[in-house]
Amino acid sequence: MSLLKVVDLYRNFGGLAALSGVNVDIDQGELIGLIGPNGAGKTTLFNVITGIYEPSSGSVELLVNDNMVDISHKKTDAINRLGIARTFQNIRLFKDMSVIDNVKVAMNSKIKYGLLHTFLRTDKYYQIEDDVDVKAKRLLSVVNLNDKACDLAKNLPYGDQRKLEIARALASSPSLLFLDEPAAGMNPQETAELTSLIKKIKNDLNLTIVLIEHDMSLVMNLCERIYVLDYGRCIANGFPDQIKKDKRVIKAYLGKEN
Amino acid sequence: MKKVLNIKNMIWALFIVVIYVVITFLIHIKIINAYYQITLLLICINIILAVSLNLIIGVAGQFSLGHAGFMCIGAYASALITKSIANLGGLILGVLVGMMISAIVALIVALPTLRLKGDYLAIATLGFAEIIRIIVLNLQITNRAAGIANIPKLINWNIIYLGVIIAVIMVTNFKRSASGRACISIKEDEIASEAMGINTTKYKTRAFVIGAILASLAGSFYANTFYVIKPETFGFAKSIDILVIVVFGGMGSITGSIIAAIALGIINTLLQGFSTIRMIVYAITIVAIMVFRPKGLLGSKELTIDKFRSIFKRGADHESA
Repeated sequence: MSLLKVVDLYRNFGGLAALSGVNVDIDQGELIGLIGPNGAGKTTLFNVITGIYEPSSGSVELLVNDNMVDISHKKTDAINRLGIARTFQNIRLFKDMSVIDNVKVAMNSKIKYGLLHTFLRTDKYYQIEDDVDVKAKRLLSVVNLNDKACDLAKNLPYGDQRKLEIARALASSPSLLFLDEPAAGMNPQETAELTSLIKKIKNDLNLTIVLIEHDMSLVMNLCERIYVLDYGRCIANGFPDQIKKDKRVIKAYLGKEN
Repeated sequence: MKKVLNIKNMIWALFIVVIYVVITFLIHIKIINAYYQITLLLICINIILAVSLNLIIGVAGQFSLGHAGFMCIGAYASALITKSIANLGGLILGVLVGMMISAIVALIVALPTLRLKGDYLAIATLGFAEIIRIIVLNLQITNRAAGIANIPKLINWNIIYLGVIIAVIMVTNFKRSASGRACISIKEDEIASEAMGINTTKYKTRAFVIGAILASLAGSFYANTFYVIKPETFGFAKSIDILVIVVFGGMGSITGSIIAAIALGIINTLLQGFSTIRMIVYAITIVAIMVFRPKGLLGSKELTIDKFRSIFKRGADHESA
């Protein structure tokens, strides 16, 4: 059953058509790769789907409780609460907050105590906060950041910051996770760790994952299906082996053969 | 109600009681005389103002310059009510009415302006505070430019201390809750915060309204402490005064704001004797703090019991070694 359905999506910035007529259909439980040369519109597609930009036209539908819901004009926070979480290409952690608080922020929409409990610090407050603490620590242990829970996010090494972004995205308990260049700037060993981490969270949490990546070995290894964007158009989609041989893809990356 | 009675909270409670007893004693044996009592009350009012503005600016990251406006609402509300009901009941009614009006006004101001960022928000809130001042300046009921005089002095050390404790506990508990984390995340990175499911408008408005309510409380206390209020008391300069305390103590640090309000209050009083150079020294002090501690006295950190404990422990280790 399809989880996300993007139909004929356009997004213009002035005269520039960043996305022109993109169609994407993602099934539940898939691990999708989204590739394309720089400026192809990959991040723009993420931004439109997650509501940071509004689409110029077209529709985005998400499966929520067995119903397809049109999310193309919803606000970013509402879309997150419906089940889409993401990481950012240029890391956007809450730098001056502790590692564990970064994770707790993302759990906020599930925390239900009112202002009265906040001000009076009732038993309910302590109970829920303790519960949140346990859950946040569990998520940090998934990405091996447990012993750095109290450090400030900005003091983490680069690779750990990327992992923390993933943990934070998971904390909002999404059904669909977008990873925007998760391996950017990582060395081969870190990339290998990341690959197994992505596999692990996908299986353990029963997630559907879409990732943008330039590291082709990671994409070909990990992804079950690949979409290729170029100049805002989806030029190919299929299994990794098909994509490797696709003429349009080769042309987009390497130019025309003479 | 068992969990709230944990050790840390008990230590803070003890600390609150000790401060109360010490100052009450000092007032009783007249070391804090009538003149210093005025300073004491003013410091307390400034603590409430600074802590509440810090909630808006330091915690939620919304640069508001309209704090004097809410203070003005509280001051006039309780001044008008206590002039006809000159007892504690009147004061409570005045405080509550002021808070209600402030909350409603804050909501009305928040919805359009909190979409703005940084400088634009500052200018919008500044404009709003001026609107309040001009309204008060032109209304018959607020006695126009002459202001209101002979307001009954209902505020004493006990009441104001209670007010400070309530304000500080409200803001601290807010900061250390899910709402507080949401607000801090908005200050840190609004786009990421939205992408994590935080309804940023809701939390910004929450912080703004709570800040406004507490500013109104401080305004009510001000009116019933100083007998006289005039529209110009609550002008632009007042908002800046409060901002100075917040910046001095450190954006986002509640304990910093408290320490800064006390320190600036004491410096001001000590300089009363040198009226000619008073403002110069005051300004130099602030400039010096900004040069040597650009993030304010405490930065965004808080003084906590854990921190005292670790300092104490380090000291003990040092002695034994």
